[in-house]
Amino acid sequence: MNKVAVIDYGMGNLHSVAKAVEHVGCELGEATEVHVTPDPKIIAAADRVIFPGVGAIRDCMAEIKRLNVGHIVGEAMKTKPVLAICVGMQALMEHSEENDGVNCLGFMKGKVKYFGDNLIDENSQRLKVPHMGWNEVRQTQQHPLWRDVPDNSRFYFVHSYYVKADDSEKITGTTNYGTEIVATLAADNIFATQFHPEKSQTVGLTMLRNFLQWGGQD
Amino acid sequence: MALAKRIIPCLDCDKGRVVKGVNFVDIRDAGDPVEVAKRYCEEGADEITFLDITASHEDRETTVDTVRAIAGQVFIPLTVGGGIRKLEDIRTMLNAGADKVAINTAAVSNPEFVREAAARFGSQCTVVAVDAKQVSSKDESLKWEIFTHGGRNSTGLDAIDWVKRMVDCGAGEILLTSMDRDGTKIGFDLALNKTVSQAVQVPIIASGGVGNLEHLAEGVLVGEADAVLAASIFHFREYSIEEAKKHMASQGIEIRL
Repeated sequence: MNKVAVIDYGMGNLHSVAKAVEHVGCELGEATEVHVTPDPKIIAAADRVIFPGVGAIRDCMAEIKRLNVGHIVGEAMKTKPVLAICVGMQALMEHSEENDGVNCLGFMKGKVKYFGDNLIDENSQRLKVPHMGWNEVRQTQQHPLWRDVPDNSRFYFVHSYYVKADDSEKITGTTNYGTEIVATLAADNIFATQFHPEKSQTVGLTMLRNFLQWGGQD
Repeated sequence: MALAKRIIPCLDCDKGRVVKGVNFVDIRDAGDPVEVAKRYCEEGADEITFLDITASHEDRETTVDTVRAIAGQVFIPLTVGGGIRKLEDIRTMLNAGADKVAINTAAVSNPEFVREAAARFGSQCTVVAVDAKQVSSKDESLKWEIFTHGGRNSTGLDAIDWVKRMVDCGAGEILLTSMDRDGTKIGFDLALNKTVSQAVQVPIIASGGVGNLEHLAEGVLVGEADAVLAASIFHFREYSIEEAKKHMASQGIEIRL
């Protein structure tokens, strides 16, 4: 039995990710139990933890603090695979520019920055914000979660702020949107994605399948 | 390396069945929404938009069940519109597995609803659907107004000002339908689309009037749309999503193939 806990701290749509994990678990032919829960006991008993997040960082961090989610994630990271998605990844950093500046969990060194109001591409074409849709991800380092995922595959992004990581050796994937941005980060038991694997069709489901089979570390 | 322009098939659903758009007099049944959504996903659709045109409140439950069934099998973004009037409606749809909701009439009757929705659920899931009609005559400069109830009710709101206001309220994306073109199959209102796209920073989905693949390409190349939405050309298999993508790519448009 593979037990997966999706941490529910009241921010946004966790059903997509739960459904996607159930779907790949079913494809793997192994019994997979997905719990969408804020309960520290259930999360502690899980084999794998998903730390999602959507919406504005101030509200996310307020709920993270209120429900002591930082401690829960910190404990989980010590012993089992953790997948952080979108604002979940941003919350791992030290600080975000969003909402006039919000301190985050500081599990990873770096900041979360705004794309800017006058974003342009290399041909001086205006780029819309949020960065919404399918963009190519370059795999800058090997990782078990990239198994069977072709390099430069397109994943589904939706965000107006992006991560700038201090430790370049933790960056496992990048994408380009006016500037080169971090698409994925990895350290020890944690893998973090700015895009939504649960919404990225075949390549996203492949990553989730890899996550279900990943033992942590690399 | 660049962000791809999106192709979004739209399922107009009435009592749990896909039907041709609201403005068609002759509503033809186009199948089971779950099967249709799966087919589009396999053909490479970048997102799915589900518009509930069910009139009666009692049939709402069917809609929630349908959204749940689609979300359990389709792992690309799913937008649900039609009858989204309260924060509770948004929560219900997100819990059923929708990723975004499209707010239309409720935004016109209470613009603050959009602000509340974006504050509570985030701009990334708050799409404002706008139905615009040209109101300027031939010798005047172009002007469009917002209409509700399938283009029947005039609001007196200037379309460009309205879209800017919705973005200020937190709309993360605009679904822009030309009521002049919807159901005509003569192509998007490109001037409308381009004007709106240049007026705001958020992505614009062009909608209304697609009759062939060239119309989709024009929507991006001339109308400056970030995504193009179509219904009937896909429902009745005049074209597949794959053909649409290949055509757009052949016109130099960045596409997820």
